[in-house]
Amino acid sequence: MKTSKKDFIVEAEEIIESVNNSLLDLQGGFNPETLNSVFRGIHTLKGLSGLFGLKGITDLSHTLESLLDDLRLGRLELTDDVINFVFSNIDILKNIISQVSEEKQIDDVSDTIKEIESFRKASDTKSKDISLEGFGISPSILNVLSNYEEHRLETNIKEGNGLYLIKAIFNLTEFAPGLEALNSNLKSLGELIATLPISEGISEGSIGFKLLLGSPMNTDDIKSKVGTADVEVISQPKKAEPSPLTSKLKEVSLKSSTNTVRVDIEKLDRILDTISELVLAKGAVIRIGQELAESVGFISLTLDVHKISQTLDRKLAELQEYVLDLRMVPFSQIFTRLVQVIRRYSREAGKEIDIEIYGEDTKIDKQLAEEIIDPLIHLIRNAIDHGIEPKDKRLMLGKKERGAVTLKAFPEGNKVVIMVQDDGAGLDTDKILRKAIERQMVPENQMLERKEIFDLIFVPGLSTKTEVSEVSGRGVGMDIVKEKITSLGGFVDIESEHGKGTTFNLTLPITLAIIKALIIQVASDRFAVPLTSVAETFFVEREKIQTIEGREVIERRGEMLPLLRVADVFKLEESPNDECFAIVVGFGSRRIGLLVDNLLDQTEVVIRPLGECLKNIRGLGGAAEIGRHEIVLVLDVENMMEEAFTRKKVSRAAFNA
Amino acid sequence: MKSVLVVDDSSATRSLITSMLEDIGGIDVFEASSGFEALKILPRQPFDLVVTDINMPDINGFELVSFVKNNEKYKNIPVIFISTERNEGEINKGMSLGAFAYITKPFNTEEFHGIVKKALSL
Repeated sequence: MKTSKKDFIVEAEEIIESVNNSLLDLQGGFNPETLNSVFRGIHTLKGLSGLFGLKGITDLSHTLESLLDDLRLGRLELTDDVINFVFSNIDILKNIISQVSEEKQIDDVSDTIKEIESFRKASDTKSKDISLEGFGISPSILNVLSNYEEHRLETNIKEGNGLYLIKAIFNLTEFAPGLEALNSNLKSLGELIATLPISEGISEGSIGFKLLLGSPMNTDDIKSKVGTADVEVISQPKKAEPSPLTSKLKEVSLKSSTNTVRVDIEKLDRILDTISELVLAKGAVIRIGQELAESVGFISLTLDVHKISQTLDRKLAELQEYVLDLRMVPFSQIFTRLVQVIRRYSREAGKEIDIEIYGEDTKIDKQLAEEIIDPLIHLIRNAIDHGIEPKDKRLMLGKKERGAVTLKAFPEGNKVVIMVQDDGAGLDTDKILRKAIERQMVPENQMLERKEIFDLIFVPGLSTKTEVSEVSGRGVGMDIVKEKITSLGGFVDIESEHGKGTTFNLTLPITLAIIKALIIQVASDRFAVPLTSVAETFFVEREKIQTIEGREVIERRGEMLPLLRVADVFKLEESPNDECFAIVVGFGSRRIGLLVDNLLDQTEVVIRPLGECLKNIRGLGGAAEIGRHEIVLVLDVENMMEEAFTRKKVSRAAFNA
Repeated sequence: MKSVLVVDDSSATRSLITSMLEDIGGIDVFEASSGFEALKILPRQPFDLVVTDINMPDINGFELVSFVKNNEKYKNIPVIFISTERNEGEINKGMSLGAFAYITKPFNTEEFHGIVKKALSL
């Protein structure tokens, strides 16, 4: 079968996202169409998962669908509690979908199903509504209405609205714009209950539609809004006074709001691969140009080749930029998901929180966006749970009653910064330090700077709160957050003031696909170092290297910089020269200098994963092609730093003992 | 070569049905992601079968089939409903509109192939 499970996952995730968005809208106010779209989403998911043989998802979405059916057909009232209940079940569905995507064993859903069923039973399900016969609606219409359309018809009758059948004829090939214009006019008058295409009595090349409208307006008002379309009155509105339009009749266009296609990110990667091959070809053209320039008698040819390679250069750069741009998504996609999380967790923690969002239009690589969601959720959970104080305590401290969480994204050079800020209790440096000493993570009497103390919260096993609550008690710890961000080539910075709040700044590269790299030489081998990891490079005279506490360091701007010889990591023979170079990587207190023999070039590379046999070698993060079909290995700087610091810790512990 | 129009608002379902149809061989499949789109594709060429979902935005499957069955040009095209709705009333509604078959999801490939071949007299 050509259709893979991937198709399922892509669509299932889209459904979940749009269902969540609709539920959020419903929290803001009831709208039958929005509720119906939630139902339709889950309905589609049920059918889809059934076709793919995913029984757990089918069963759960089936039960959820019944609940939503009760809601949209008015058998059950849509309250905030119900919305929250649906939210939590959508979360469970989402989890199962990711289990499918990761090819894990999927959770047992029988308890969840029972819970939904008892929820349905416990709630008042109203009895079946009035019969639709006897209202003058022709059987040819009643026979094609879906359950939902029947329900909306009943609701309109109950509310005393008039029923109208508007008949309009359009050109067969381009009926959409005309029909949409008519629909949007009708929606301003009331509710469009059903759209029925008709062909009886309509000439070839045309198509007719009968639109069933429920409206409090009278016939003249309707007629004035429909242009040349024919209006048949099924029943007049019962109320004498046509009520002004209420906000619940929100206009919803039928037209798809976006003009987009969906592309698998792998396909974009393939284009990038092709581009990088073209870049190599361009290099060859430039070399030919250089050779021509050095030969006699080819002046005009040399100029031509030069001109062509310049054009190639420019156009390739443009192409690369376009493709990279295709991978970008706005932060609004991430923020919508985070807002749901904040709402849910603040509810669970019983805290009222205002959410502020900035920089929704800032863009980030789709792949990165997916990777950072979990760390961000963790930071938010922490902020809600440990940061923001309970209401009474806030009032006592003279703070605003409602807590505030701010999410902000902004570009900074070729990086993007994501800020998660709360106005809660802030980090208590004394407490953190005391705990770290208690747990022997830091030697007693050790002087640490504020930032270094903050960084301690990333050390596994240090939790500043004794009781671990339901909210942040599960899932990942701060150490995992840090690990994730660094593995993505980013870093985390903390600002916090005790009593005032905490700010986490996550700095990430904008894209994972193409990076600028520094090409270095160690012995006769070349390696690439991602430029995003490089703070600076400097020239080193070997005789200035000192050994302190059993490790090599060099003085740099009055501070001791620990060194790591790349040659040692890969067991290579270092060049015997008196001079070499240090590449400073890392930040803050975690800086080291990588010693290399030579710095060769700066270039753009596409990092490709390593094959099976090289995959597990520490210190290597991938391979990249750099011209003349030469492949270099890419250093995994984070991994090397980790290596360096574990060694340091061990030696320190030994020293302290 | 037979031509079949598949109407479903879920793209993964659509491509699954398409690949099931293509497995039969000798079938050209056309896809529509909504009832409106189906209305636009229908006049473009003669179809031998329409396979449609019921619960869709804009116009639902019943409304689409009622249109097909009341149109001189299309009324002889057999129609198969594919729906998760197993409710007797819904199945009757579909069949009384003149559908050739009403298949409930999930279904197995053999069952689907059998019904499609019958509808196409293959």
